[in-house]
Amino acid sequence: MTTVINVRNVNKTFKIHHERNQSLKERILHPRSGRVEIFQALKDISFTVNAGETVGILGHNGSGKSTLLKTICGVLQPTSGEIELRGNLAALLELGAGFQAELSGRDNIYLYGTMLGFSKKRIDQIFDEVVAFSEIEHFIDTQVKFYSSGMYVRLAFAVAVNVNPDILVVDEVLAVGDERFQAKCIDRIRRFQEEGRAILLVTHSADQVRALCDRAVVLDGGTMIANGPVAESLSVFRDAMMQDTIAHQSSTDSSDVSIDSVTSPTGSFDVHSGSSMRFDVQLTSATAYSGYAVLEVFSRSGVLISRSDRMGAPVSLRPGPNTVSVELPNLPLLDGVFDVNFGITDERGANVKAWSEKVASLQVTYGGREGGLVELGAVIRQG
Amino acid sequence: MQDATPAADSHGSLSDAPLRVVSARVGLVQRLKNLWSRRDLLANLITSDIRIQYKGSVLGIVWSMLSPAFTLGIYFLVFSIFLKNGIPNFVIYLFSGLVVWNLFFNGVISATSVIVDRAGLVKKVSFPREILPLSNVGSAVVYFLIQLVVLLLFLAALGHAPDWSFLAVLPVSFLALYFFTAAIGVVMSSLTVYLRDLKHLTAVGLQLWFYLTPVVYSYTNSLADSLHHHGLTAVYFSNPITLIVMTFQRTFYASTTVLSTVTHQPLHVLPSWSLVTYLTANAECLGAAVLLFLGALSLFGRLEGNFESEL
Repeated sequence: MTTVINVRNVNKTFKIHHERNQSLKERILHPRSGRVEIFQALKDISFTVNAGETVGILGHNGSGKSTLLKTICGVLQPTSGEIELRGNLAALLELGAGFQAELSGRDNIYLYGTMLGFSKKRIDQIFDEVVAFSEIEHFIDTQVKFYSSGMYVRLAFAVAVNVNPDILVVDEVLAVGDERFQAKCIDRIRRFQEEGRAILLVTHSADQVRALCDRAVVLDGGTMIANGPVAESLSVFRDAMMQDTIAHQSSTDSSDVSIDSVTSPTGSFDVHSGSSMRFDVQLTSATAYSGYAVLEVFSRSGVLISRSDRMGAPVSLRPGPNTVSVELPNLPLLDGVFDVNFGITDERGANVKAWSEKVASLQVTYGGREGGLVELGAVIRQG
Repeated sequence: MQDATPAADSHGSLSDAPLRVVSARVGLVQRLKNLWSRRDLLANLITSDIRIQYKGSVLGIVWSMLSPAFTLGIYFLVFSIFLKNGIPNFVIYLFSGLVVWNLFFNGVISATSVIVDRAGLVKKVSFPREILPLSNVGSAVVYFLIQLVVLLLFLAALGHAPDWSFLAVLPVSFLALYFFTAAIGVVMSSLTVYLRDLKHLTAVGLQLWFYLTPVVYSYTNSLADSLHHHGLTAVYFSNPITLIVMTFQRTFYASTTVLSTVTHQPLHVLPSWSLVTYLTANAECLGAAVLLFLGALSLFGRLEGNFESEL
């Protein structure tokens, strides 16, 4: 397996000027004024990405994920350490950042393509594909300043994916564009994966990581706190998010809730489709706590099948051990293994108080003839 | 910064693809290699720069000839008609010097603010940043070539023959001008990120520089004696643009001594140096300009590390 990205002991520090003195007058009059604080955005980050892998980078705002991405793309230089890259890299840090509003879509395809590091010859070859993918054939000779924001984004994404880079770096850009175009982008990314290219995806969205990534790296305060399989990294990410949430909560609300275990009365999580399933969640709360219980069910391919009503299941936890029971009546799932996530949110249903990924895996057996994930029991009649 | 490789057009075997290293410093040789590998981007930036410049204006690219023509007309009016400098065919003398000055001025003035102006790009897309000021100098070269063609047409229309033997010096002189302009442009573009005042200072500085260069007057006729008297000749000639301007004037204006149109006395417009003198001086100037350019690139390399946080 070829390593395409090798990040080795990368550190990045920024100087934060508390009083910017950029004019000559101020520099001469107050040469030493302005408090300078050193901020370490990345602390000794090391990881590798192999060809054909899709790696997600997770982290909340300010965790250093964008800095890491910019360093990998070469927009920023690491303060120390180095990054080895093999093959061409196309980065989508901000869609259309290289566009010139005054130029036509056609000119911008060339300008942006060469900016991403591809030769004019290469862009000649893929020009028609780019135009077709972006779906702006009629406006290709219009100045991009007259484009809608959707067209702008589509054109930029089309250039970046169609130049066929060996490494594609995507920074939260999948959040833009309408649903159909998003689906198209995800489809394109999947084709990339099949072709054995490496993808580095930065996102806030756990769903997207589950759906697309093989592995996830979690950053917190500039430090890498996880680098492993998606499910493990996601639980580390949730924990970090939670600690962060708790740290930001007011002192009156410092109670602590933890999810200890999940048990099934029958002792197993094997269930027949259409029958009901019950399991109990054991929780420990430090103080009395009122909030809501939330349940998520995922397919093994990472599709969220259902999330319970966020404010549909109020719970009042007593100090000490508690049990919350969950019942899934007439389970409509078809054959397969389904993962269950469980959590407690606060009384507004906004902040996660406790969260546990994959607290249980349901093994569902199905005897019917429907295909897919759920049994709809559609009635089809000739009218 | 990133060591760019030429875009590999085939994806045969990734393991054979060259390794690139993003690290704190990039050596000068690597910088030059990166620049060379991204020449398509440079070309694209130059063409888009020129297109944008005249987009939406009715006369378009014609302005790249019209505005220097107006400047030329104004200087001619002031120095030849109002001040009666007595130089015959003064328009040709002026024009040959102005094409040189315009390249230098346009290149430096646009390069100075380019990194700051295109902060959005610099912060989001990775490419060798020095390509930005170099593309500005590149567009200045394109305008220079257009003006040079106009100058030749102008000479043909007036029936004024250039000194053909000096044409051999022009490429050397032009390269010296290019590298010197690029060096100043690259340095100014990176310094302006840290010191925004430079944008305004450069405009003022270039105005002074213009009058320190013999474009609208003749060095031999008006300054040579007093400079020599004060021992300042070497200082005056430390301005490389002076030599380049004089080389162009010598080539296109061709005569060194003419009869004044005012006093009808002989007038030394240009020094009577030999072709070899011009050639060696220009070659030396080119050497210095190239060294300066390399120095500018490594200074740029030292400064670019903090662009992202300063912009």
